[in-house]
Amino acid sequence: MRLGKALAVTVATALLAVGCGGNATDDAAGGTVTLTVKTFGQFGYDDLVTQYEGSHPGIKIKQENIAKLADYTPKLQQWLTAGSGAGDVVALEEGILVKLMGKPDQFVNLLDQGAGDLKANFLEWKWNQALTPDGKKLVGLGTDIGAQGMCYRTDLFAKAGLPTDRAKVGELWPTWDGYLATGKRFAAAGAGVSFFDTAGPVYQNILMQQGDQTYFDRENKLIVDTNPGVRTAWDQTIKMIDAGLSGKIQMWSPAWNAGFKQGSFATIPCPAWMLGVIKDQAGPENAGKWDVARVPGEGAVRGGSFLAVPAQSKHPKEAAELAKFLTNPAGQTAAFKAKNNFPSSPQAIDDPAVSSAVNTYFNNAPVGKIFGQSAKSLQPVYLGPDNQVVGDGIGDALTAVEQGKLKPDEAWTKAISDAKRAVEK
Amino acid sequence: MHGSPYLFIAPFFVLFALFGFFPLLYTAWVSLRSWDLTGDAGFVGLANYSRLLSDPDFWNAMLNTVGLFVLSTVPQLFFALVIAGLLNRPIRALMLFRLGVLAPIVTSVAAVAIVFGQLYSRDAGLVNGVLGLFDVGPIDWQASKGSSWIAVASMVNWRWTGYNALIYLAAIQAIPKDLYEAAQLDGAGAIKQFRAITVPLIRPALIFTVVMSTIGGMQLFTEPLLFGQGDISGGSLRQFQTVAMYMFEQSFQNFDYGYGSAIAWMIFLLTVVAGIANALIARRLRGGTQ
Repeated sequence: MRLGKALAVTVATALLAVGCGGNATDDAAGGTVTLTVKTFGQFGYDDLVTQYEGSHPGIKIKQENIAKLADYTPKLQQWLTAGSGAGDVVALEEGILVKLMGKPDQFVNLLDQGAGDLKANFLEWKWNQALTPDGKKLVGLGTDIGAQGMCYRTDLFAKAGLPTDRAKVGELWPTWDGYLATGKRFAAAGAGVSFFDTAGPVYQNILMQQGDQTYFDRENKLIVDTNPGVRTAWDQTIKMIDAGLSGKIQMWSPAWNAGFKQGSFATIPCPAWMLGVIKDQAGPENAGKWDVARVPGEGAVRGGSFLAVPAQSKHPKEAAELAKFLTNPAGQTAAFKAKNNFPSSPQAIDDPAVSSAVNTYFNNAPVGKIFGQSAKSLQPVYLGPDNQVVGDGIGDALTAVEQGKLKPDEAWTKAISDAKRAVEK
Repeated sequence: MHGSPYLFIAPFFVLFALFGFFPLLYTAWVSLRSWDLTGDAGFVGLANYSRLLSDPDFWNAMLNTVGLFVLSTVPQLFFALVIAGLLNRPIRALMLFRLGVLAPIVTSVAAVAIVFGQLYSRDAGLVNGVLGLFDVGPIDWQASKGSSWIAVASMVNWRWTGYNALIYLAAIQAIPKDLYEAAQLDGAGAIKQFRAITVPLIRPALIFTVVMSTIGGMQLFTEPLLFGQGDISGGSLRQFQTVAMYMFEQSFQNFDYGYGSAIAWMIFLLTVVAGIANALIARRLRGGTQ
């Protein structure tokens, strides 16, 4: 019986230990270092990773990807807070970057890892986004920028009697008023489908063109109600909803995915990274039906990311080297070729591989030129740390207007009061 | 010798202490502090709780949770009772039906939510298609409280009715047959027998299912979340955001851990209150029949 008791204790303890034990460390025999790269969406690093492993024999790279940014962000935060699980290189989207930079110590200072020499490789505003205000700490190296275009269905435009050549289409909408007018023409032609998928991205686009700040000024004071640019973007979007141009389809929903194939909407504001999504969702049978024209208004950037090295990484030096490699001009050019992520490096933007790139799926559209134009003419916009919360509130308000649950003025009032409540908690 | 029973139950209590009891206390501690992405900012007493009590979004989430709970418990348990009564009769392929009603519970919650989300899709959903046959306009199921509650409740009901039916069936089969024979001799019809004999004598099973449904209802999370395509705010105007979703939003989207912990403890306290209420009612009822 005593043996039985001892056995029970041993088994119980062993089970507990196994259950609580962590992952095996990667410094196995032979000194191979395994670096874990965590990304969301599609960064297009597969070939680059293979190339790096080839030129660095002691390094193995493991890529872990979470498709949706909305699923990636909370997990990233968990890993950072828990002090483990973030791997060695993490992707940071610009929206969450500002918030995380409130605690810059959770990331390795890349200036200590020799990144200071690379400043000329990035657009200045992109470099500054990841630099702490005192300029002493660099949290991330820029990857892509969400340069904007306007994707449209040539067949639906033809049916509505609109031009289909992308230069002529670009002339239809030099401003957002032009886009609204085109939309009304399209609706009047009775094609039976909506002009765009949902109002949120349109609003976001217009907003990012309205100056160098949106909801917060550079002292992080909430200015959502006083910034005329926000009201302009809101009013313009409401006009489009009132004209019945919105398909009211929730982004990333199954109906939205199917919409590309079925042609449920004729246009969609597309940052460079969305081209890959459109191609996947619309499928090979729709090749050549989608095309890309310039975005209305003057340049705009929506989204864009960085690579950072979490302080918890066990191989900060190797991780920093990898991050530098993936974000150097050649790396950014390769990522553009793989997944259409528009580079944030001026050398890459001017690289013939980028500037003369065409996308065969989109009717051989010269995407390098279209997005390059948008990238060069943009003004950098200061976002502020709680930008996401306020933006979500306005997005929800717009959806409520689309659903007919709120009148535009009520929705505006609600969005403002929600923003104030969220920020002044 | 005397220690061995304790040794056998020890693993459960050790694990519960580590993963159940300790987090409970730690969450309470965090809820008394101001703690967000930039770290622990210190003790703030009950500030998070007073903020919670005046937060319209929290009370909206409470309303949604209670509404969803009622819609997903009352019809479900009623139908479970009826089904149990029917399954108690000598019908053909009885085993098939008895196992069949249990089939929905085997499915994954996420899969159910995704499929039902498609069924309730505004433009291409099957439900709107069927309603269209009766000239009922396409309903945007996610746009209103009422419609979204019905949709989410239908997912829960679909899943759990069979399970509860089998629990009732087991309880019904424990009722001695001579009670029914005596009632029949007295001239009572099937429905009267059901109401006067069956229902009172399965009260323990009824109470059990109500308690389990209450706990499940307070924690409703996956179904409304996936119904809204992963939108944690539960609709454009928080039409179907439950308290569990609100807690998640505050803790892991807005990174306000102190406030999120206060919400979590509030859910816990309300569930305890509901549980105590259930127990008191049960004691009063049980006193009546035994």
